[in-house]
Amino acid sequence: MCLAIPGKIVEISSDNHDSALVDVVGVRRRIDLGLLQDDKPVPGDWVLVHVGFAMSKISAEDAADQMNTLRMLGEIDGAMQEVRGYGLEDVN
Amino acid sequence: MRFVDEFREPALISKTAEEIRRLAGTNRHYRMMEVCGGHTHAIYRFGLKDILPENIELIHGPGCPVCVLPMGRIDDGLSIAQQPDVIFAAFGDMMRVPGTQGSPLEHKARGMDVRIVYSPSDALKVARLNPEKHVMFFAIGFETTAPSTALTMMRARAEGIRNFSVFCNHVTIIPAIRAILDSPDMRLDAFIGPGHVSTVIGCRPYEWIAHNERKPIVVSGFEPLDMLQSIVMLLRQLKAGEAKVENQYKRVVPWEGNRAALKAMAEVFQLRPYFEWRGLGFISQSALRVNDKYAEWDAERRFAVPGIRVTDPKAAQCGEVLKGVLKPHQCKLFGRECTPEHPIGALMVSSEGSCAAYHSYEHRKAAMVSLSSIA
Repeated sequence: MCLAIPGKIVEISSDNHDSALVDVVGVRRRIDLGLLQDDKPVPGDWVLVHVGFAMSKISAEDAADQMNTLRMLGEIDGAMQEVRGYGLEDVN
Repeated sequence: MRFVDEFREPALISKTAEEIRRLAGTNRHYRMMEVCGGHTHAIYRFGLKDILPENIELIHGPGCPVCVLPMGRIDDGLSIAQQPDVIFAAFGDMMRVPGTQGSPLEHKARGMDVRIVYSPSDALKVARLNPEKHVMFFAIGFETTAPSTALTMMRARAEGIRNFSVFCNHVTIIPAIRAILDSPDMRLDAFIGPGHVSTVIGCRPYEWIAHNERKPIVVSGFEPLDMLQSIVMLLRQLKAGEAKVENQYKRVVPWEGNRAALKAMAEVFQLRPYFEWRGLGFISQSALRVNDKYAEWDAERRFAVPGIRVTDPKAAQCGEVLKGVLKPHQCKLFGRECTPEHPIGALMVSSEGSCAAYHSYEHRKAAMVSLSSIA
């Protein structure tokens, strides 16, 4: 729940500008961009995702660092489980 | 020095550790509180205590949302879900947290409709998919997750989804820090400020800690180097007799926070007059409740909530550990009755709880040392 997961924006939904497809090391899920109202990301941008919501824009370098931090903390499996679960996919 | 070679930039880490040793000297004892449970986990995981000189003591703070939630709130949430046609939805972190009659997972085994979700918006999705049922989202977390709950409720209202409600347990970090500073048995020199909470609230809300309480605080990242650099920044302030708010985690935390997230929280929530924290007791204005505009999506108003108050198991000393008065292994139940496999207190459930972190790393290390001494 308290994991900050770096993801790359792949595509913004055409019918809902608050919904985007992100890529987290190959896993693609929809996340919510509604909390980045003031500074909307565009495809190619990196964001930190908390519980399915993009909370901040970060650089590509910081995204790689954050992934490394999760790995060092032993939380990479938890993070990937969380991402796979977004949208109720792969749950239970 | 242990583990250092595994980290990024080991040379810089060694240099920073050296700088800490130089600044800390030997004459004075420093007590620094890491507020955030993520930092607690990282400190144990990376064995930072072995890198730091003995006169720097890290005190674990209240920043683990699962850990500070009193058992009565879990019982209250589960009692709502015992009503017919109610689905209990919560993050995975909540599932093994014990209530008086067992955890949500144990209730699921007894037939309750319990769903793990990874996002509040997925709890809303469960409601869309089950229009004949009511979905109650058991919301927990500090300002890191509260905006997502808020925005989800705004969506529910905008879409007119009425079979969805939130049992709100969101708490705010500043009053908890204030309660700790006001506590007579707690003497602290400085704070390692939370990273991701600050992404939302920014750095300004900490200014009173520096200005009024004269305690330095540095908002920190989670890598070993981040935390060591933060400790250097704190020591420099302490040595110079200064007290400032500094931001070591600039790459993620903007000084002003996230305005849209704060706006969403302000739209949906209001401060509770008081809220009970495990270990810290009742703290005024320390938690959020759903405001009148969103009353229809407030589980506490839609359902009769028993308002259960439960004292922790007598032998468990979660409160003392949470306040930093006892170290995890000094609790009578630690590692015996209370383990990550069979947690009695919430501090043993979440990986951000100091007991679970201590059990995973320090306890195992101690066991290995004693085994090798036998061999």
